[in-house]
Amino acid sequence: MDIWLLPRARLGELIATLRARGYDVVAPTPRDGAIVYDTIESDADLPIGLGDEQSPGRYRMVARGDAAVFGYAVGPTSFKRNFHVPTERLYRVERVGGALRFVPEPVAARKVALLGARGCDLVALRSLDRVLQGDRYRDERYAARRSDVVLIAVHCGTPSASCFCTSMGTGPRASGPWDLALTELTTGQHRFIVETGSAMGLTLVRELGLRAAGTLDKIHAAKVPIAAAESITRRLETDALGARLAQNLDHPRFAKVAERCLACTNCTQVCPTCFCTTVEDHTELDGSAAERHRRWDSCFDLEFSYIHGGPVRPSVRARYRQWLTHKLSSWHEQFGSSGCVGCGRCITWCPAGIDITEEAREVGSPRKAEKTT
Amino acid sequence: MTDALLLESMAIVRVRRETSDTFTFDLDARPRGGFRFAPGQFNMLYAFGLGEVPISISGDPLKPAVLTHTIRAVGPTTRALEALKKGDPVGVRGPFGTPWPVDQALGKDVIVVAGGIGLAPLRPAIYSMLSRRQVFGKLCIAYGARTPADILYDKEIEKWRGRIDVDLEVTVDRGDPDWRGHTGVVTGLLRRFELDAERTVAMLCGPEVMMRFAARELESLGVPAACIYLSMERNMKCGVGSCGHCQLGPSFVCKDGPVYPLTKVEPLMSVREL
Repeated sequence: MDIWLLPRARLGELIATLRARGYDVVAPTPRDGAIVYDTIESDADLPIGLGDEQSPGRYRMVARGDAAVFGYAVGPTSFKRNFHVPTERLYRVERVGGALRFVPEPVAARKVALLGARGCDLVALRSLDRVLQGDRYRDERYAARRSDVVLIAVHCGTPSASCFCTSMGTGPRASGPWDLALTELTTGQHRFIVETGSAMGLTLVRELGLRAAGTLDKIHAAKVPIAAAESITRRLETDALGARLAQNLDHPRFAKVAERCLACTNCTQVCPTCFCTTVEDHTELDGSAAERHRRWDSCFDLEFSYIHGGPVRPSVRARYRQWLTHKLSSWHEQFGSSGCVGCGRCITWCPAGIDITEEAREVGSPRKAEKTT
Repeated sequence: MTDALLLESMAIVRVRRETSDTFTFDLDARPRGGFRFAPGQFNMLYAFGLGEVPISISGDPLKPAVLTHTIRAVGPTTRALEALKKGDPVGVRGPFGTPWPVDQALGKDVIVVAGGIGLAPLRPAIYSMLSRRQVFGKLCIAYGARTPADILYDKEIEKWRGRIDVDLEVTVDRGDPDWRGHTGVVTGLLRRFELDAERTVAMLCGPEVMMRFAARELESLGVPAACIYLSMERNMKCGVGSCGHCQLGPSFVCKDGPVYPLTKVEPLMSVREL
């Protein structure tokens, strides 16, 4: 694989090239005190010199004291919202001559370049692909939005204290497929070491006329994700975890965590793989037409499991269990992988600071009572 | 491009009142060239402006010109459907889900165990078996309802009861002064049937607790767990396993169910609030 050198001063050209090819560039950008993914116009929109401090229940965007542009871990948003959108109209319903006419809402599919995608977020995107277009059912709306996407990864050099990608095998180095993968080097001349992973990636490199990277730069770049991995201390033992959790559905730990869990749904909103949705109906005041809207839903919502007579999971204990075991256990049976990518968002954005790795460790290990007998 | 979420409009051709809160309507499937389904499958039915509900198909699979659903009015959407009349349009999409193992029962005895409106999703299987009655062994039907007034399809039940090749028993939780039949839970009927237990296929539908006890009783009679099938219920919303609502442990009831072999769901049924 060829490796190239992109000086920081020319990063804007990469963005301009993508835009000239008709791609909306979705990249990290600071907004409302957090680094989020959104459409940017130039490199000036990137979180220049900004990083993040994260721990259970806490997030702060902070000045790094340098000019790094990818010097943060992950923010509250993931790329999920670009393809599996938070709310959308599915169709309009009209009454026409005694029948109902269902008029599907066209999908405004756009070409999207994801710039700055972390390894964890890329794996999350592949998980969503599996759920929404790789199964027996294909979500045509998702598939249309996902059809022309350029992936420009950034090997992570700045994991947060919430991260545990090393346990989930998703980072800090971003495994392919991607079109380009960047490693940011801030010592000496601010620059990016660029790997190409597709014909599209090579085309972009050629269009920019990048020079090959030097041997020393390649070594420096290779060290970045290795050092990042060493700095990650949060761990989740994944060996047979799915089976261990499935055997412990009545574990008392679920009742304990339910005392802290507010069932606020934050974890499911920030999770890059949570895919559950519901459909809502709106009616025109004169009753002549109606609309059906799909929006993200959460298994923490009481209504989520409603069947005639009431919810199947009235207790928070049962709802937390549903979420945890879906992510770490039943996802394997459903889709052949873990539903967790170790991005740590649910830990950071939980107002009660509940840590999925801690809960899974407790539920998945032999019970104390059993140990002593 | 097929969109599993897109509904089609079908017109009601006939409405029947079944019990105080339950009704059946037939939809005209002729304009679309008939509606084919397998016994046990369900559709999503849409009431204009209100939403969708998952309703099992309760009609005859050999008569695809009409699409029949039996519905209990319990929430806003089912009550809106209840208010519809002949000629009114309903939104429909489906069929979804796994069918009853009718073909697996060829040459074997069959016992159908239904509780309450659980008879509705079983009726297509009964129709299907009666249409080629000779290829099955015994056909036994055990049905339990709350009161005599809650008995579904009562005229049809009398017809089935009159057949020499059907063994049918009905029980109610609470009788009334005119009731001459059994009282008590449906599980109590199961020993009355003379089945070749080891060569029997059982199809169960009703409240989860009823199915749990009935399955246990059938197992104790010698019916293999792998030949006991249940129709489970969760909050089916999309019908294709993508909205996440109907998960039961690792499975999506809408696409991996609703009909499961007992071996698959028995461990899950004993977990509260799963």
